[in-house]
Amino acid sequence: MAKVWVFAETTPEGEVDPAALEILTKAREIGDAEAVVLGPGATKAAEKLGEFGAATVYASDDEVYGDYVAQPATHALHSLIEEHSPDLVLFAMAYDSRDVAGRLSAKLGSTLMSNATDLIDENTARTAVFGGATLVDVKLEGSPKLVIFRPKSFEAAPSGGSADVVEVSVDIPDDLKKAKRVERHIEEATGPRLDQAPVVISGGRGLQEPGNFELLDQLAAAIGNAAVGGTRAVVDAGWVPYSYQIGQTGITVKPSVYLAIGISGATQHIVGMKGAKKIIAINKDEEAPIFQLADLGIVGDALKILPQLIEEVKTRKG
Amino acid sequence: MNIVVCVKHIPDPNLPAEMDGKTLKREGVQGVMDPGDEFGVEAGLQIKERLATGDGESGEGEVTLVSMGPAAAMEAVRRGLSMGADKGVLVSDDVLKGSDALATAKVLSAAIQKNGAFDLVIAGVESTDGYTGTLPGTLAEFLGVPHVSTVKEIVSADGGTLKVNRQTADGYHVVEVGLPAVISVTAGVNEPRYASFKGIMAAKKKPVEQLSLSDLDLSGDDVAVKQEVTELSKAEEREGGEIIEDDGSAAAKIADFLKEAKVI
Ligand SMILES: Cc1cc2nc3c(=O)[nH]c(=O)nc-3n(C[C@H](O)[C@H](O)[C@H](O)COP(=O)(O)OP(=O)(O)OC[C@H]3O[C@@H](n4cnc5c(N)ncnc54)[C@H](O)[C@@H]3O)c2cc1C
Ligand SMILES: Nc1ncnc2c1ncn2[C@@H]1O[C@H](COP(=O)(O)O)[C@@H](O)[C@H]1O
Repeated sequence: MAKVWVFAETTPEGEVDPAALEILTKAREIGDAEAVVLGPGATKAAEKLGEFGAATVYASDDEVYGDYVAQPATHALHSLIEEHSPDLVLFAMAYDSRDVAGRLSAKLGSTLMSNATDLIDENTARTAVFGGATLVDVKLEGSPKLVIFRPKSFEAAPSGGSADVVEVSVDIPDDLKKAKRVERHIEEATGPRLDQAPVVISGGRGLQEPGNFELLDQLAAAIGNAAVGGTRAVVDAGWVPYSYQIGQTGITVKPSVYLAIGISGATQHIVGMKGAKKIIAINKDEEAPIFQLADLGIVGDALKILPQLIEEVKTRKG
Repeated sequence: MNIVVCVKHIPDPNLPAEMDGKTLKREGVQGVMDPGDEFGVEAGLQIKERLATGDGESGEGEVTLVSMGPAAAMEAVRRGLSMGADKGVLVSDDVLKGSDALATAKVLSAAIQKNGAFDLVIAGVESTDGYTGTLPGTLAEFLGVPHVSTVKEIVSADGGTLKVNRQTADGYHVVEVGLPAVISVTAGVNEPRYASFKGIMAAKKKPVEQLSLSDLDLSGDDVAVKQEVTELSKAEEREGGEIIEDDGSAAAKIADFLKEAKVI
């Protein structure tokens, strides 16, 4: 059986990145799954990783992994790999993980595949191009093979197991402590998390001006249990913070209903939302590509329809 | 400060992408400098200018563009030069056709080292055509320096330290990094300048060093591709649904749909 490792990120409170649990669920289908988790919260996170199928978890709560970007974690992971020789090391497409994977590729001389959406077998991963229309299977050489997966590529399911937790103690040389996090800013969000909300209301440049995002907030409040997101176009324009961005460079969502409002449907946006159960689109251009995947498409002016929709929803909810 | 900016030449993203067998067709298609790299060039120029106007150390130093690609990639280098970069390095070699991220990073790192001492290397977060987003990290490891990815603001650059705001999933972190270092910048980091007519004319006279693999003391084995596309298939397509023209009843229709989907 192949030895398949998952590199997991955790919060200092020990909350594992949900994408790591998804990948772990897949890993145990392909081989013997194990996990590595580094930084404050790791030991607590290890428990959860065990419940999702990691037989062994290499963990360290050392602050060095949180204080300094990428290099200490790469160093530790590399020495663990040398010691235990996994066949595959899997990562989630998350900022810190992607940095570690990139550096590790150079250290190991191992090829690295990014943006994967599936693992076919221990040598082959799959990615999707053209907004998910074409699937590409890629065979990887060398050992270990490194693969980064898009979040929500798999459904996480607990295995009922528990992990053997092995404490990692690797000395981190001082010259790997050069990129230091000196402040952390969190953008407070209200309501459900974008990647977990059952309804996502997403706005694009068709909303005309930043103030109109207010209408999406009102609609979200009327529906309840809904989160507001947007396209890169509106993020780049500074209308909404980056944490709203859905798509290739942003969040992947799979809600029950996705409302695309004033969004053209560029492939980079579609990869982040095409997994929604139902898609509703409002766009004034009947040729907009978003209509090709909409279950309900409305050709019309979003600014006219939104206030009416808010009222309609309120009436139905009584 | 010596600044290197990575610029990639890619098929024009505004034209429909074509396949060449099992990979993206790159040759004989209209190419441009990756729009994402305009932010890197602008960042490099701004840091140089800021230092030159006296806030920080002396303004000496250059902005060098580095690119790996076919001969046509010269266009991307010229584009960056016309924005104001000082010189360019272009690595072209038939062997490099279809290179993966690992080989690309190896080649760019060799080219950067050959160019001389550097303080800062700037790349885009991810290329528009390949979007692996891993190159900056791999490159930094080959160069033996730290890297900070997804930089959305350059706060200060002086005294051998760069202070940046790094995008995170739920906000941002302020990171201080000792130079030399690699950073990757997002599209929010600045507003790239347009190349002026004067800039375009001046770019024609700026030096661009053209290198092959052997100039970098690398062999074909060093850059052997370790990934092979084995199969292409069509994804299951979503069925398009009902499309209606709004005649005043669309809002009610959507509300009914939400009710049916049991979310209200
Ligand atoms: C490397 C790379 C990564 C990227 N990553 C992402 C990503 O993660 N996420 C992402 O979203 N994009 C991403 N993009 C950008 C993407 O290519 C598109 O540019 C972007 O998604 C377009 O956003 P938009 O739909 O809001 O704007 P536009 O494409 O400008 O569309 C606006 C739409 O609004 C409609 N409209 C105008 N007025 C009204 C009205 N009154 N009522 C109704 N409709 C109206 C128009 O008909 C149009 O279809 C990326 C691009 C690159 C190159
Ligand atoms: N062939 C190349 N030549 C120069 N720079 C490149 C090349 N490939 C990638 N880059 C740089 O690396 C960044 C990230 O690319 P990637 O990891 O391929 O998504 C790009 O935005 C470029 O700045």
